[in-house]
Amino acid sequence: MKQFRAFVIKEFYHIFRDRRTMLILLGMPITQILIFGFAINMEVTDIAVAVLNPNPDTYTNQIIERVNANDYFHVDYTIHSQNEIDELFKQNKIDLAIVFPNNFNEDLVHSGKADLQLISDTSDPNTGTIIVNYASGIIADYQKEINNISGNPPYQIVATTRMLYNPEMKSSYSFVPGVMGLILMVISTMMTSISIVREKERGTMEVLLASPLRLSQILIAKTIPYLSLSFINLLTILYLASFLLGVPIRGSLFLIIIISTLYIFLSLLLGLLISTIAKKQVEAIIMAGIGLTMPVMLLSGMLFPIDNMPFLLEKLTHIIPARWYIVIMKKLMIEGLDFTFIIKELSILLGMTGLILALSMLNSKKRLE
Amino acid sequence: MIEVKNLRKNYHSEKSDKYAGIGTKEDKENGISFSVPKGEVFGVIGPDGAGKTTLFRILATLLLADSGEARMSKWDVVEDYKEIRKIIGYMPGKFSLYFDLSVEENLKFFATVFDTTIEENYEFIKDIYQQIEPFKTRRAGALSGGMKQKLALSCALIHQPEILILDEPTTGVDPVSRKEFWDMLKKLKEGGMTILVSTAYMDEATRCDRIALMRDGEFIAIDTPAQVIADYEQTLWSVKGDNLSSMLEDIRAYPQVETSFAFGDEHHITVDPNLKKEELSDYLTEKGYTNISINEITPTVEDCFLALTKEGEKGKEED
Repeated sequence: MKQFRAFVIKEFYHIFRDRRTMLILLGMPITQILIFGFAINMEVTDIAVAVLNPNPDTYTNQIIERVNANDYFHVDYTIHSQNEIDELFKQNKIDLAIVFPNNFNEDLVHSGKADLQLISDTSDPNTGTIIVNYASGIIADYQKEINNISGNPPYQIVATTRMLYNPEMKSSYSFVPGVMGLILMVISTMMTSISIVREKERGTMEVLLASPLRLSQILIAKTIPYLSLSFINLLTILYLASFLLGVPIRGSLFLIIIISTLYIFLSLLLGLLISTIAKKQVEAIIMAGIGLTMPVMLLSGMLFPIDNMPFLLEKLTHIIPARWYIVIMKKLMIEGLDFTFIIKELSILLGMTGLILALSMLNSKKRLE
Repeated sequence: MIEVKNLRKNYHSEKSDKYAGIGTKEDKENGISFSVPKGEVFGVIGPDGAGKTTLFRILATLLLADSGEARMSKWDVVEDYKEIRKIIGYMPGKFSLYFDLSVEENLKFFATVFDTTIEENYEFIKDIYQQIEPFKTRRAGALSGGMKQKLALSCALIHQPEILILDEPTTGVDPVSRKEFWDMLKKLKEGGMTILVSTAYMDEATRCDRIALMRDGEFIAIDTPAQVIADYEQTLWSVKGDNLSSMLEDIRAYPQVETSFAFGDEHHITVDPNLKKEELSDYLTEKGYTNISINEITPTVEDCFLALTKEGEKGKEED
């Protein structure tokens, strides 16, 4: 136990003395959250609007006026059929379509409640959602305004939104689970494999193997510092996401942390596995960096929706642990579902963990070859 | 003590198609055998690629041999590897230190790994460690080659091992530190430690009690350095003079010269016993060389190594 503790302390020395790497490791989640959260597509201007208004009246005209008067929007097309909407979207001429029903005025005056539809292109989910939110805001303001004038009965205008091309309606913060999936994997896998391979490269592994230390002691001691670093990063991401970006954590925080820890553990094991194959640090970096990070970014659903992938790629995503982890996190954090909805994904993650554990144990040698 | 019997280990070299390892020769089924009694410094001398590291790694329980057996103290290198790992001190070819840890942290870490403390064994490593102790807060990566070597040795000695295995400990170290290093080994040996050391520097061979000359995975001679030299049978001359580098060609062209090698600022040549020094001297003067001096000399271990190597090659050609 004393040996083990000394080993873990030594590992922390390695991390703390390499200031630059430590800064990158701890700063990465912060910058990623900030970049995804603020820099990308947060400001949407110059929104071209088409209006389908079969029965123009005071109310509909006023709504159109309000929208047009807003700095961000300009009504470019007044159209007369649903088909035109599709055409305009396909030609990329509009970003938003407002569709009034035939009897908008009647509904509003008689039943006090009228519907209208906002259609946006959400192939870029962030932009699409933001546009719809802006438009809904304008309509809500208008509703308040007419209610102030007319008194009762209060009128209610319900804007139903339709997202084209991305009907799942991925919200702008759906990237948070993706960032978690990526960062936890990169740090755990890449750093663990590098730190073990570095000992091989420098020859210290030879001395450690020829010492009374047991192989399991060496390997577990190697992973503990990165487990704790990853855990700090997990908490940083959750904190920033919820307090800075206002991402709701709707599901159980306890479950989120437990399953993230499992995912970190899986990534550490993957790092061990890589370290049994790689002989040089460069090899470990290539395997963990390009061999893992890229697939995680491209195939986990983090950047590109899995539903839109070609058949083969879609099948390929099944072997990416991050894919399942990200699905779980989306369900728990954003959709607020409970344990019963993640049993399938969780079982897959557990199975993968077992498999990688077995493989890396088989591959780890108490001698040099 | 160390006992090695018929040890063989072949593996396909990644760099060439040749098989590397020890005990590789097809005509020698027997592999490597030798034994080292307690308290002896046993040197394995040979050029790079001779198989020294492979042999040492098998003895340090880091590689498995294909066949044959080896015992360190009373333990078998395969079955009792755990016991062996407690009683050996192993210093691999590179100085296996953590460069981002300080001198003291390195030593402390290895002390803990071997379940001991610096304080407990301070007396034992004092002679060596005291030389680097003034720099104990310095990072190991910032030490000179000689100091790295001393620290690595201190780390290998911190648990008072019964057997010390040193793989080319003096490579990349300045001559003064090398001499000091061998003095330290002598002291350790006097304390009863068995020391197995390899080197590519032939001049270090005389510091060992016994040496094995190793080439292409085989021991070509095992004996005391003095006996290895005494077994040398040829007539050996040293030739000095101006313009040495071109002289070597002309010496080789002389019919009664058997072998000739450049040895720093002189050439060592073996000649037909009937040849007179004057004959060679006249020949060289004729060729236009000046300041020629030719002397009969006692061979060094390197001369012996070269002669044995030559013999081996001749043997091969005759096959």
